[in-house]
Amino acid sequence: MIRVQRGDFDIGAELERLAAGSHQVGGIASFIGLVRDIAPAESGGGSGAASAMTLEHYPGMTEKRLQEIEAEANRRWQLEASLIIHRYGRLEPGDRIVLVATASRHREAALEACAFLIDWLKTEAPFWKLEESAEGARWVEARASDDARKAAWKK
Amino acid sequence: MKLLYFAWLRQKIGKAEESLEVPSHVKEVGQLLDWLESLGPNYATALKERRAVKVAVNQDYVGLDHPVKAGDEVALFPPVTGG
Repeated sequence: MIRVQRGDFDIGAELERLAAGSHQVGGIASFIGLVRDIAPAESGGGSGAASAMTLEHYPGMTEKRLQEIEAEANRRWQLEASLIIHRYGRLEPGDRIVLVATASRHREAALEACAFLIDWLKTEAPFWKLEESAEGARWVEARASDDARKAAWKK
Repeated sequence: MKLLYFAWLRQKIGKAEESLEVPSHVKEVGQLLDWLESLGPNYATALKERRAVKVAVNQDYVGLDHPVKAGDEVALFPPVTGG
Protein backbone atom coordinates (compact mmCIF):
# COMPACT_ATOMS: atom_id res chain seq x y z
CA MET A 1 0.00 0.00 0.00
CA ILE A 2 1.18 3.53 -0.66
CA ARG A 3 0.06 6.83 0.85
CA VAL A 4 1.08 10.40 0.08
CA GLN A 5 -0.12 12.76 2.77
CA ARG A 6 0.48 16.07 4.50
CA GLY A 7 -0.13 14.76 8.02
CA ASP A 8 2.05 12.71 10.32
CA PHE A 9 1.77 8.93 10.78
CA ASP A 10 1.90 6.64 13.82
CA ILE A 11 4.80 4.23 13.33
CA GLY A 12 3.56 1.70 15.89
CA ALA A 13 0.04 1.59 14.50
CA GLU A 14 1.27 1.31 10.91
CA LEU A 15 3.65 -1.57 11.66
CA GLU A 16 1.01 -3.40 13.68
CA ARG A 17 -1.49 -3.07 10.84
CA LEU A 18 1.06 -4.46 8.38
CA ALA A 19 1.07 -7.87 10.05
CA ALA A 20 -2.51 -7.85 11.31
CA GLY A 21 -4.65 -10.69 10.05
CA SER A 22 -1.76 -12.72 8.69
CA HIS A 23 0.06 -15.38 10.63
CA GLN A 24 2.42 -15.90 7.69
CA VAL A 25 4.49 -12.86 8.67
CA GLY A 26 7.70 -13.81 10.45
CA GLY A 27 9.35 -10.41 10.42
CA ILE A 28 8.87 -6.74 9.60
CA ALA A 29 11.62 -4.40 8.40
CA SER A 30 11.18 -0.63 8.41
CA PHE A 31 12.94 2.58 7.42
CA ILE A 32 11.87 5.94 8.82
CA GLY A 33 13.28 9.13 7.30
CA LEU A 34 13.41 12.27 9.48
CA VAL A 35 14.13 15.93 8.89
CA ARG A 36 17.53 16.70 10.39
CA ASP A 37 19.47 19.88 10.96
CA ILE A 38 21.76 20.43 8.00
CA ALA A 39 25.43 20.89 8.83
CA PRO A 40 26.88 24.12 7.37
CA ALA A 41 29.40 22.30 5.16
CA GLU A 42 26.63 20.19 3.69
CA SER A 43 24.41 23.12 2.85
CA GLY A 44 27.07 24.74 0.70
CA GLY A 45 29.01 26.91 3.11
CA GLY A 46 26.16 28.64 4.90
CA SER A 47 26.47 29.09 8.63
CA GLY A 48 22.95 28.42 9.87
CA ALA A 49 21.28 25.08 10.37
CA ALA A 50 18.08 24.41 8.45
CA SER A 51 15.11 25.66 10.39
CA ALA A 52 12.51 23.92 8.24
CA MET A 53 11.97 22.09 5.01
CA THR A 54 9.14 22.12 2.49
CA LEU A 55 8.52 19.06 0.38
CA GLU A 56 6.92 19.68 -3.00
CA HIS A 57 5.62 16.81 -5.12
CA TYR A 58 3.84 16.00 -8.37
CA PRO A 59 0.38 14.77 -7.40
CA GLY A 60 -0.63 11.86 -9.58
CA MET A 61 2.83 10.95 -10.80
CA THR A 62 4.05 10.52 -7.21
CA GLU A 63 1.40 7.90 -6.47
CA LYS A 64 1.99 6.21 -9.82
CA ARG A 65 5.75 5.93 -9.31
CA LEU A 66 5.42 4.71 -5.72
CA GLN A 67 2.97 2.02 -6.83
CA GLU A 68 5.39 0.91 -9.55
CA ILE A 69 8.31 0.80 -7.13
CA GLU A 70 6.25 -1.22 -4.66
CA ALA A 71 5.17 -3.61 -7.41
CA GLU A 72 8.82 -4.05 -8.45
CA ALA A 73 9.80 -4.95 -4.85
CA ASN A 74 6.99 -7.51 -4.76
CA ARG A 75 8.25 -9.02 -8.02
CA ARG A 76 11.78 -9.36 -6.64
CA TRP A 77 10.99 -10.61 -3.14
CA GLN A 78 8.25 -12.71 -1.62
CA LEU A 79 6.57 -10.21 0.67
CA GLU A 80 3.47 -10.75 2.77
CA ALA A 81 2.84 -6.98 2.92
CA SER A 82 4.49 -3.66 2.11
CA LEU A 83 3.84 -0.03 2.90
CA ILE A 84 5.20 3.33 1.74
CA ILE A 85 4.00 6.55 3.40
CA HIS A 86 5.57 9.81 2.19
CA ARG A 87 4.67 13.24 3.52
CA TYR A 88 4.70 16.60 1.74
CA GLY A 89 4.35 20.20 2.88
CA ARG A 90 6.33 22.07 5.53
CA LEU A 91 8.26 19.97 8.04
CA GLU A 92 10.61 20.85 10.89
CA PRO A 93 13.74 19.11 12.24
CA GLY A 94 12.75 15.88 13.97
CA ASP A 95 9.56 15.49 11.91
CA ARG A 96 8.98 12.21 10.10
CA ILE A 97 9.17 12.39 6.28
CA VAL A 98 8.83 8.83 5.07
CA LEU A 99 8.02 5.32 6.30
CA VAL A 100 8.90 2.23 4.31
CA ALA A 101 7.93 -1.12 5.82
CA THR A 102 7.98 -4.66 4.50
CA ALA A 103 6.74 -7.91 6.01
CA SER A 104 7.81 -11.39 4.99
CA ARG A 105 8.02 -14.96 6.24
CA HIS A 106 11.79 -14.76 6.74
CA ARG A 107 13.87 -11.70 7.52
CA GLU A 108 16.03 -11.63 4.39
CA ALA A 109 13.22 -10.66 2.01
CA ALA A 110 11.86 -7.96 4.33
CA LEU A 111 15.28 -6.40 5.02
CA GLU A 112 16.42 -6.40 1.39
CA ALA A 113 13.11 -5.18 -0.01
CA CYS A 114 12.98 -2.35 2.54
CA ALA A 115 16.45 -1.12 1.50
CA PHE A 116 15.51 -1.47 -2.17
CA LEU A 117 12.32 0.56 -1.70
CA ILE A 118 13.97 3.54 -0.02
CA ASP A 119 16.88 3.54 -2.51
CA TRP A 120 14.53 3.52 -5.51
CA LEU A 121 12.10 5.97 -3.97
CA LYS A 122 14.89 8.52 -3.52
CA THR A 123 15.71 8.63 -7.23
CA GLU A 124 12.29 7.84 -8.77
CA ALA A 125 9.52 9.50 -6.76
CA PRO A 126 8.92 13.13 -7.82
CA PHE A 127 9.55 15.00 -4.57
CA TRP A 128 11.73 18.08 -4.10
CA LYS A 129 13.05 19.48 -0.83
CA LEU A 130 13.30 23.21 -0.21
CA GLU A 131 15.42 23.96 2.87
CA GLU A 132 14.91 27.15 4.82
CA SER A 133 17.65 28.58 7.02
CA ALA A 134 18.74 31.96 8.33
CA GLU A 135 20.35 32.66 4.93
CA GLY A 136 17.18 32.00 3.00
CA ALA A 137 15.72 29.09 1.07
CA ARG A 138 17.55 26.70 -1.23
CA TRP A 139 16.54 23.62 -3.20
CA VAL A 140 18.35 20.48 -2.10
CA GLU A 141 20.47 19.02 -4.90
CA ALA A 142 20.28 15.39 -5.93
CA ARG A 143 23.27 13.26 -4.87
CA ALA A 144 25.24 11.10 -7.27
CA SER A 145 25.61 8.57 -4.44
CA ASP A 146 21.82 8.07 -4.46
CA ASP A 147 21.90 7.23 -8.18
CA ALA A 148 24.74 4.79 -7.52
CA ARG A 149 22.76 3.06 -4.76
CA LYS A 150 19.78 2.70 -7.07
CA ALA A 151 21.94 1.37 -9.89
CA ALA A 152 23.42 -1.25 -7.56
CA TRP A 153 19.97 -2.90 -7.36
CA LYS A 154 19.76 -3.40 -11.13
CA LYS A 155 19.65 -7.05 -12.02
CA MET B 1 -0.63 20.62 -24.36
CA LYS B 2 -0.56 20.90 -20.58
CA LEU B 3 2.79 21.97 -19.14
CA LEU B 4 3.67 21.53 -15.46
CA TYR B 5 6.73 22.99 -13.71
CA PHE B 6 8.12 22.00 -10.32
CA ALA B 7 10.66 23.20 -7.74
CA TRP B 8 13.17 25.77 -9.09
CA LEU B 9 11.89 25.37 -12.65
CA ARG B 10 8.49 26.57 -11.40
CA GLN B 11 10.11 29.51 -9.62
CA LYS B 12 12.29 30.53 -12.58
CA ILE B 13 9.49 30.25 -15.14
CA GLY B 14 7.13 31.97 -12.73
CA LYS B 15 4.14 29.63 -12.90
CA ALA B 16 3.20 26.11 -11.88
CA GLU B 17 1.28 25.14 -15.01
CA GLU B 18 -0.11 26.40 -18.28
CA SER B 19 -1.83 25.18 -21.44
CA LEU B 20 0.03 25.97 -24.64
CA GLU B 21 -0.69 25.60 -28.35
CA VAL B 22 2.55 24.07 -29.52
CA PRO B 23 3.60 24.64 -33.17
CA SER B 24 3.34 21.66 -35.49
CA HIS B 25 7.12 21.29 -36.01
CA VAL B 26 7.49 20.37 -32.31
CA LYS B 27 7.31 16.58 -32.31
CA GLU B 28 9.80 15.52 -29.63
CA VAL B 29 10.69 16.54 -26.08
CA GLY B 30 13.99 18.14 -27.16
CA GLN B 31 12.19 20.28 -29.76
CA LEU B 32 9.63 21.26 -27.14
CA LEU B 33 12.38 22.49 -24.78
CA ASP B 34 13.99 24.46 -27.65
CA TRP B 35 10.64 26.10 -28.44
CA LEU B 36 9.88 26.88 -24.78
CA GLU B 37 13.27 28.61 -24.50
CA SER B 38 12.16 31.01 -27.23
CA LEU B 39 9.09 32.11 -25.26
CA GLY B 40 10.99 34.50 -22.99
CA PRO B 41 14.02 35.11 -20.78
CA ASN B 42 12.38 33.35 -17.82
CA TYR B 43 12.05 30.14 -19.87
CA ALA B 44 15.54 30.53 -21.34
CA THR B 45 17.06 30.90 -17.85
CA ALA B 46 15.11 27.97 -16.42
CA LEU B 47 16.01 25.64 -19.29
CA LYS B 48 19.60 26.78 -19.81
CA GLU B 49 21.15 23.86 -17.96
CA ARG B 50 19.53 21.02 -19.87
CA ARG B 51 21.18 18.24 -17.90
CA ALA B 52 19.36 19.46 -14.78
CA VAL B 53 15.95 19.30 -16.47
CA LYS B 54 14.03 16.03 -16.13
CA VAL B 55 10.96 15.44 -18.26
CA ALA B 56 7.85 13.33 -17.71
CA VAL B 57 5.22 12.85 -20.42
CA ASN B 58 1.87 11.68 -19.08
CA GLN B 59 3.59 10.97 -15.73
CA ASP B 60 6.33 8.69 -17.11
CA TYR B 61 10.01 9.65 -17.25
CA VAL B 62 11.14 10.12 -20.86
CA GLY B 63 14.21 11.11 -22.86
CA LEU B 64 14.70 14.03 -25.24
CA ASP B 65 13.69 11.98 -28.28
CA HIS B 66 10.32 10.94 -26.84
CA PRO B 67 7.36 12.11 -28.98
CA VAL B 68 4.98 14.80 -27.72
CA LYS B 69 1.56 15.73 -29.08
CA ALA B 70 -1.44 17.93 -28.31
CA GLY B 71 -3.28 16.66 -25.24
CA ASP B 72 -0.14 15.36 -23.51
CA GLU B 73 0.69 16.33 -19.93
CA VAL B 74 4.36 17.32 -19.96
CA ALA B 75 6.14 18.02 -16.66
CA LEU B 76 9.58 19.66 -16.33
CA PHE B 77 11.49 19.42 -13.05
CA PRO B 78 14.95 19.11 -11.50
CA PRO B 79 16.35 15.74 -10.31
CA VAL B 80 14.19 14.46 -7.47
CA THR B 81 15.22 14.70 -3.80
CA GLY B 82 12.57 12.89 -1.76
CA GLY B 83 12.95 10.19 0.86
